[in-house]
Amino acid sequence: MTALAARRRHPMASAVLVLLSLVVTGLVYALAVPSRASAATTDDVAAGRQLFLANCATCHNLDAQGRGNAPSLIGVGAAAVDFQVGTGRMPLPASGPQAPATGRKFTQDEIKKMAAYIASLGPGPAVPSADAVDPAKGNPARGGELFRTNCAMCHNFAANGGALTRGKYAPNLNNTTPTQIYEAMETGPQSMPVFSDTNIDPESKRDIIAWVRTIKTAPSPGGFALGGIGPVSEGLVGWVVGLAALIGCAVWLGAKSS
Amino acid sequence: MSTSDQHPTDVATVDGGEVARRFENPGLPDHRHRLTDIDAKAAKRAERQVAALFGLSALGTILTLVAYFSVKFEGNLTMDQHLSRVELSNILLGTGLFLALFGLGAGAIHWAKTLMPDEERIELRHPMRSSDEDRADALAILAEGAAESGFGRRPLIRNTLIGALALIPLPAIAFLRDSGPMPGTDLATTPWKAGDRLVRDVGRGTPIKASDVQIGSVVHVMPDGLQAPGEKMEERAKAAVLLMRLDPADLDPASKGGAYDGIVAYSKICTHMGCPVGLYEQQTHHLLCPCHQSTFDVTKNCAVIFGPAKRPLPQLPITVDEEGYLIAKDGFKEPVGPSYWERG
Repeated sequence: MTALAARRRHPMASAVLVLLSLVVTGLVYALAVPSRASAATTDDVAAGRQLFLANCATCHNLDAQGRGNAPSLIGVGAAAVDFQVGTGRMPLPASGPQAPATGRKFTQDEIKKMAAYIASLGPGPAVPSADAVDPAKGNPARGGELFRTNCAMCHNFAANGGALTRGKYAPNLNNTTPTQIYEAMETGPQSMPVFSDTNIDPESKRDIIAWVRTIKTAPSPGGFALGGIGPVSEGLVGWVVGLAALIGCAVWLGAKSS
Repeated sequence: MSTSDQHPTDVATVDGGEVARRFENPGLPDHRHRLTDIDAKAAKRAERQVAALFGLSALGTILTLVAYFSVKFEGNLTMDQHLSRVELSNILLGTGLFLALFGLGAGAIHWAKTLMPDEERIELRHPMRSSDEDRADALAILAEGAAESGFGRRPLIRNTLIGALALIPLPAIAFLRDSGPMPGTDLATTPWKAGDRLVRDVGRGTPIKASDVQIGSVVHVMPDGLQAPGEKMEERAKAAVLLMRLDPADLDPASKGGAYDGIVAYSKICTHMGCPVGLYEQQTHHLLCPCHQSTFDVTKNCAVIFGPAKRPLPQLPITVDEEGYLIAKDGFKEPVGPSYWERG
């Protein structure tokens, strides 16, 4: 230490210090940044471009710059591709108020290649790691609070979805995988607003995923959930089944015994 | 009633009418005995059915009691176990009480309908009118009372009585008025004032940096200082705000007044019935109220484009402080939420 202390006024000292801090910052950053799901190779990008040209370019244009109603895909990131193609919303089967989830048309490998190609066009959100979307690691209580504030108005308090304007709708989240929930929050597909990491940080996103998983698996203490869509189905059953039973009793009361 | 001494079914006929003469009074249909009246076996069967229904009721009561005392929620249970127990308890209690009450009622009705006497009797009603002498007497008593009180002869007494009676309700109005605080300006004001930081409406509330709000994102916002749980709930109810960021080119000049770089903040309380307007579609920039489908266009200063709402959502003018956090430039310029009496 005395040798170091003696050289602290050396002309090269500040240069060494700057170099050292740069190296340390770089190392810490490399360790701290969440690992990407998979590193895209140039082969993937090339194969993804071929798949893109064959399946997507008709609408999204040859270099993914968009055309007409089809948006530009530059900078949407791998997460958007994984969500849109992985849920079967893309390729779009027919134009309409909203692209419905029609089931996946491509293998996960093909989706990964297309995602690599789109990600190579401009920086955008990556596909989250398995750890980032693990419901077991999230806090469902906090997730519930976030869900009720940010998600429940459209997706329903039990994540069963609901109607929007002019034929659009917020889908139910029964069959949405944790990764897809995360990607939807990050990329804001279609009518859904974007919930970027600066608004809802990755840990909170995992909490929300944990909550959605919890309400799907928790028992229903009220008996019949009736789809969990609130007063509509409950009212229908009340009026149709309940009133029919009451009217049946009244008719029986008034009928003469044979 | 002039026909009260005749057979009651004649009451419906019109005296001397053309229609009534054409029909003969068919009288009451012949009494048809029930199966249980003529067949001892059927009676026995009905008896057993009634007894079975009462027995079912007793079983239901026992089931209710057993379920109430045996299904416990206490102890060290996980949430799933707890909810499962609650579900089981609800189902058993509901089934038990249904059987207990329905069995009792249905048994009683079945008993009355099948086994209790089934004879038809006619009880004639007597006229309700008092005799003429009684009616004259009553009128005479009233007239005598009025004369003796001198109510008509002494206008001073009459007028002071009327005056006193007219004043009697006034204390009640005063008491009722002061039984709670008057609303004052509560309906017209919100806690928002110039310089208030916008914070996220979750937990303790974190301030929002303008640079952190992406285009197409939406944040549910409260003013800073209302985060303590359970406190100032009425203030919170009025202060809910929705923050959105759009491409500034999409905003019309009216919306831009209170906007900061494409970030706009609007009251989240519907101007129709006060529901939270939270369904924001980032592509169409429509804000939908889930209660009655009022739709507001964020690009047009939240003008109503569909539904029963009559007024646009009030805008909260915003800007940033030195640290880059979003703050209110001013409070709301008009009352938020639905119309009320004084506002019209």
